[in-house]
Amino acid sequence: MHEPVSASLRAAQARLLSRRWFLQDCGVGMAGLALSSLLARDAAARSAPANPLAVRPPHFAPKAKRVIYMFMAGAPSHLELFDHKPELARRDGQLPPAELLKDYRAAFIKPNSALLGPKYAFAKHGQAGTEFSELIPQIASIADDLCVVRSMQTDAVNHAPAQILMNTGSQQFGRPSFGSWTLYGLGSESDNLPGYVVLTSAKGTSGGASNYGCGFLPTVYGGIPFRGTGDPVLYLSNPAGVDTRAQRASLDTLNELNALAQADLGDPETAARIQSYEMAYQLQTSAPELMDLSQEPAAVLEEYGIKDPGQASYARNCLLARRLAERGVRFVQLFHEAWDQHGDLTKAIKRNCEDTDRPSAALVRDLKRRGLLDDTLVIWGGEFGRTPMVQGGNDGRDHHNRSFTMWMAGGGLKRGHVHGATDELGFNVVRDPVHVHDLNATLLHLLGLEHTRLTYRFQGRDFRLTDVHGHVVKNLIA
Amino acid sequence: MSGFRSRFSPPSWLSLPLGLVAAPVLAVPEVDFTREVQPILAEHCFHCHGPDAQDRRGGLRLDDREAALKGGKSGVAALVPGKPAESELLARILSPHEDEVMPPPKEGKKVGPREQEVLRRWVEAGAPYAPHWAFVPPVKAAPPAAGANPVDAFVAARLRSHQIDFSPAADPAVLCRRLHLDLLGLPPSPADVAAFVLAVSAQGLSAATEDLARRLLADERFGERWARVWLDAARYADSNGYEKDLPREQWAWRDWVIRAFNRDLGYDRFLTEQIAGDLLPGATQEQIVATGFLRNGMVNEEGAIIPEQFRIEGMFDRLDCVGKATIGLSLQCAQCHTHKFDPITHDEYFGLYAFFNSTFEAQSWVYTPEQQQLIETLRRDLAAIDASTKAAVPDWAERLEQWSAELVRQRPAWTPFLAEELASTSGLNHPVQLADHSILTLGHPTTRGDIFVIGTPALDGVTGLRIEALTHGDLEFNGPGRSKYGTWALSELEVSVMPPGCDQWEKVALRGATADFAEPVRGLEEEWKANFDKERRRIIGGPELMIDGANDTAWRADRGPGRRNAESAAVVQFTEPQRHPAGTKLRVLLRMHHSGDDNGRHNTALGCARISLTRAPDPRVPPVDHAAMLALEVPAGARDARQHTALFRAWRAQEPAARKFHTEAEAAWKRYPAAPTSVLHLRERGGVHARETRLLDRGAWDRPKHAVQPHVPAALNPWPEDAPRDRLGFARWLTDRRAPLTARVAVNRVWQTLFSTGLVETPEDFGTRSSPPEHRELLDWLAVDFMDQCWSHKELLRRIVTSRTYQQDSSGTPALRERDPANRLLARGPRFRVDAEIVRDSALAIAGLLHHQVGGPSVFPPVPENVLAYNFVRPTYWQPPEDAQRYRRGLYLFRKRSMPDPMLSAFDAPNADFACARRVRSNTPLAALTGLNEPVFVEAAQALALRLWREGGGSDESRIDLAYRLCTARAARPAEQAVARRLLTEARGRLQRGELPAAEVAFPPRLKAADLPADATPAELAAWTLVARVMLNLDETLTKP
Repeated sequence: MHEPVSASLRAAQARLLSRRWFLQDCGVGMAGLALSSLLARDAAARSAPANPLAVRPPHFAPKAKRVIYMFMAGAPSHLELFDHKPELARRDGQLPPAELLKDYRAAFIKPNSALLGPKYAFAKHGQAGTEFSELIPQIASIADDLCVVRSMQTDAVNHAPAQILMNTGSQQFGRPSFGSWTLYGLGSESDNLPGYVVLTSAKGTSGGASNYGCGFLPTVYGGIPFRGTGDPVLYLSNPAGVDTRAQRASLDTLNELNALAQADLGDPETAARIQSYEMAYQLQTSAPELMDLSQEPAAVLEEYGIKDPGQASYARNCLLARRLAERGVRFVQLFHEAWDQHGDLTKAIKRNCEDTDRPSAALVRDLKRRGLLDDTLVIWGGEFGRTPMVQGGNDGRDHHNRSFTMWMAGGGLKRGHVHGATDELGFNVVRDPVHVHDLNATLLHLLGLEHTRLTYRFQGRDFRLTDVHGHVVKNLIA
Repeated sequence: MSGFRSRFSPPSWLSLPLGLVAAPVLAVPEVDFTREVQPILAEHCFHCHGPDAQDRRGGLRLDDREAALKGGKSGVAALVPGKPAESELLARILSPHEDEVMPPPKEGKKVGPREQEVLRRWVEAGAPYAPHWAFVPPVKAAPPAAGANPVDAFVAARLRSHQIDFSPAADPAVLCRRLHLDLLGLPPSPADVAAFVLAVSAQGLSAATEDLARRLLADERFGERWARVWLDAARYADSNGYEKDLPREQWAWRDWVIRAFNRDLGYDRFLTEQIAGDLLPGATQEQIVATGFLRNGMVNEEGAIIPEQFRIEGMFDRLDCVGKATIGLSLQCAQCHTHKFDPITHDEYFGLYAFFNSTFEAQSWVYTPEQQQLIETLRRDLAAIDASTKAAVPDWAERLEQWSAELVRQRPAWTPFLAEELASTSGLNHPVQLADHSILTLGHPTTRGDIFVIGTPALDGVTGLRIEALTHGDLEFNGPGRSKYGTWALSELEVSVMPPGCDQWEKVALRGATADFAEPVRGLEEEWKANFDKERRRIIGGPELMIDGANDTAWRADRGPGRRNAESAAVVQFTEPQRHPAGTKLRVLLRMHHSGDDNGRHNTALGCARISLTRAPDPRVPPVDHAAMLALEVPAGARDARQHTALFRAWRAQEPAARKFHTEAEAAWKRYPAAPTSVLHLRERGGVHARETRLLDRGAWDRPKHAVQPHVPAALNPWPEDAPRDRLGFARWLTDRRAPLTARVAVNRVWQTLFSTGLVETPEDFGTRSSPPEHRELLDWLAVDFMDQCWSHKELLRRIVTSRTYQQDSSGTPALRERDPANRLLARGPRFRVDAEIVRDSALAIAGLLHHQVGGPSVFPPVPENVLAYNFVRPTYWQPPEDAQRYRRGLYLFRKRSMPDPMLSAFDAPNADFACARRVRSNTPLAALTGLNEPVFVEAAQALALRLWREGGGSDESRIDLAYRLCTARAARPAEQAVARRLLTEARGRLQRGELPAAEVAFPPRLKAADLPADATPAELAAWTLVARVMLNLDETLTKP
């Protein structure tokens, strides 16, 4: 037993690759994938499967198996929705206390701008008596299922870097997204749908495709957008005039020809390629089937607030998220880029809530009814909060990274729970701060992954979602 | 050092049958520090006991022998050479006590029994250290066998030690395809294959391959294929990234790379020009374009950003890119603290950073060669006119002197306006005041700019205000404006005062605006159109338009091509001299409402302005180019040539005796060409603009600490003695023959491109945590030889592709595949799916659609509406060509960072968020769907059907055969013929029965009926289209054999 570690690592690689060679059924191929990275994550304890998307056991017993992340891009105002600040109303029009502004930076405004009272009324809901604003009656109605964090904090004050930070744990572009890390850590349980599906409404996000990108992880871990119009998955439709039968015949021919080549050349990659074309064919059925809401009862559509099931909307995306969860998709992320209310706050945020309140709550209720909520982690929130100070006249708020609110539900979280608190103006966190990295560490924990052990070696360093930060917030966990 | 290399013993598992890997080795082999010990220490110990003094625990350092012998704060020696039992290191590793054992259990990095044994033997042997192999300059060892190709000699020696042999040579047709794909990135035509097969039988494999390689290396498509490899490492893209992700023009740099590969520019020169082209003596336009390399990173233009924060993010990214692309080290790890594993300190990181930090993020025009010639002629003509002027007005010097003395005499005294508050009303911009009191606005390209400055100057009879539009290196083409020409328009200038105790701004009435230059009054051009001005009311003209109270009229001073990036000045008078008590605030507001509104793409804001006040009566701007007035501020003896010329020409413009020459010169300027494109690059700062580098605490942009001078890491090669401490010196250091990494990394990149995996598997990391290469002697030999051959890529490639190693059959025996599945030993040829661009180019080439044209603007591929819709800022400019341009090579497709190209990304092309030294290869259903259904692939299938019909002879069999020859460089086998014919027959039947719409299947929308072969029916072409679609998706079509 006198081998150097690198040799033993490579011996393990060799064994793996050989086993795969015999297996023939390679699933989605992994040519060029840095196996050493997979092995290095937990060197001795776990062996890497041949299929990079194969289901992998978590580090410890998980509370949640899958994630639905409703990302409210543009950053919703915590002060109009979740964080009731009567004192802010009282001080409307006054300047903020000077001591609050030390070392403070908003994005657009001079920090020393007048305070702006909340635009909407709040009331207590549920047995826990959690306060929510009148704008979100439906979310309020499920108060006892929610775990509300009123003490979120982030580092960035501009949209793109802040979105990238929320989603990848870094303000620098090029890191893997939370969904990619999840897929890398746990694999995919869905045979005929991607393991990480992205649904977008409103418009494109500031962070763009990097919000759900795989960064330096192998491409198979990236989020796949299911699109609201046109082909749900890019190039899903056969070319004009080619029907399913012609497609089947073409693929049979292709597979047979590839199999002949494989018999001749003996490259296991060929088997992987055959498999990928078969999966494409399955996706041609499973994706439209997923998107087809015609079998959903009218009551369900009504509950989600879906007016036209054929029309792309946030509401439809929420129902699709439930359908994806039912089909074993590991990570579903909704992006709704609409919350950047520098001005016209009163009207615009109301409109946003009309679009999002009912479906968001319906999704939680629906998951609960179907017994899916217990092992699904539902997350709702944006990239930062909004300033207690006014921007532009008297109806807008600037970017604010000192405090904001997110809510979560399901998968091992406390229910009817409020975590953390801000000061009387909703400016600073005064109790139990939760940084983005803490949130991500906690979410991974609920998925059974230890955030310091879920690593990938790239350019000589073991990267993780939480960089060198993050603490699991035990208080959020039931 | 060399002692350790000679004692090297190969890992035993490779030569043993599987399953016996763990068998004990009988004779205790000696320990190789770099191969065996260092990886263990790096993995388990260096994080807390490595180079980083900041985070070092217990004062113990284990990456340095002296320090380890001394021990940490406890004073206990970690290592006692020859005495494992007395070495604390082993005691702690072996300790059964949770509070003693190292690494601490919570790290989860326990040292395994095998590693413990290595360490024990190592201490027993005296605990010798050796520098990391990759940080020691490579040595060209004599190849193990004389006569053979050195590549083969090294590989053969390793294979012999494993008791295996090379695979047989690949079939000539396979080799022909391999060479074409590797060197040109395109498949060979059947004629190419036939010719090569013939050549092999006539000349033999070796001579024929030499011949073919030579021809392919001389082909201009070679540069296109190999440029792409560098473009990945250089994170090339056609957009700026971040939220706005606006388009940029950077293809001139991409074309420079193509040309550099085609003319086989030595890699030392290749790097030097890209890192310091602008600093080379007499830098040419080409060399400035080359430095575009340093500007391929992202640019944030989101509203309200602080530009300096993202400039520094860009610096980090620049260093990451330079590090990964040239020395195989991402320097990122030392950005926040001293590197945990590799010997790069936090200070050294900022030492490298300092080489690049004192630079402008410049943009310059790129002229065609003809235009460059024209400009050269113009320059000569203008100089000749200057000379003629001087000849015709012999006392010109006195006249100029008198004239300028008068100007100086009349010049009012100007006091710069110091900003106490500087912002934009909208908050979209955060301008800054520089050392020369100018106000610089970068960041968001605001459509309606509204910069204001507040200060408390002495208002004791102030009569007027001067605004100067100044050039600045960070602006487009030097500015002064931020438009796509560096021009600007100032719509309105407002002045207000607020005496102490008041809380209202009181407007100051303005009059009598004068300027050194203004365009005639006219309507704003179409290119600045905006939705907020649908009636097109906006006009431009003289300086009076900025004090007329109307936002839709502006002062503009665009002097046209060649002279538009010049300074200008205007003076406005206060109707009443301003007298206010001390402490009165003065506010100057600049409104800029003359931009186009396409999300900042047609911005015309003034980027750099300086405001000054005067008490002189009736202040005015003399009708003299402001550049000349600025020259007058410099003492006569200190003026440079540019300033002398500015003064001379300004004098001539008003000198009656020289009128003729002035008119001539003005006429000459009218011939100045407008450049077709431009390039982003770096330009050195100097004078008042020089920027000092400070170490940033934890890498935070707003936490500067002590100053750092440019310097390089001590662990790498020494600084060349007489090299200047600038980017040029850095390039010399980087390409010094003693540089341990530069040539190795370059050679490894080439190897990786050919074999899919490099000799070092982690091209982005040659550091202590990288796994030692199987063929290190080969890597080192190639690296030194690369330098010996003037850093020639073509020579390196020729050497590799003419080797037996490269030419081996790639299938290998099952036993070999089982034993060495990743082909690390190189006992068989490479076989892998080609890169995304080659997937596309192959389909187009096979179909006969590929449009060959080297270089030029990037081309917009057709992209589904639901992809375009997902942009934060919709790319309104996305207009895919309908002509042959649609079928350009993948290299030329427009790369928009936030909208990764759907086709290319399905096949793993990186999206340029960061430097990519290695692509992964995946096999996904999305790639399959792309190959089957993406419009360009569908058009390729239709075109291939036509081609088979026209060129494939008269029978099904001959057409299928041609399809195979085109796609795979071989004939179809009988079994394949049968399978393909079955599809053909079934399709024909269904088409005849009308079950499939023939025209829809067969004809691309762009095809005209007249283009169809007379004898072809739509049904027949449709059947062939289905077959062609299968052929384009064959594993072999997508794979390098």
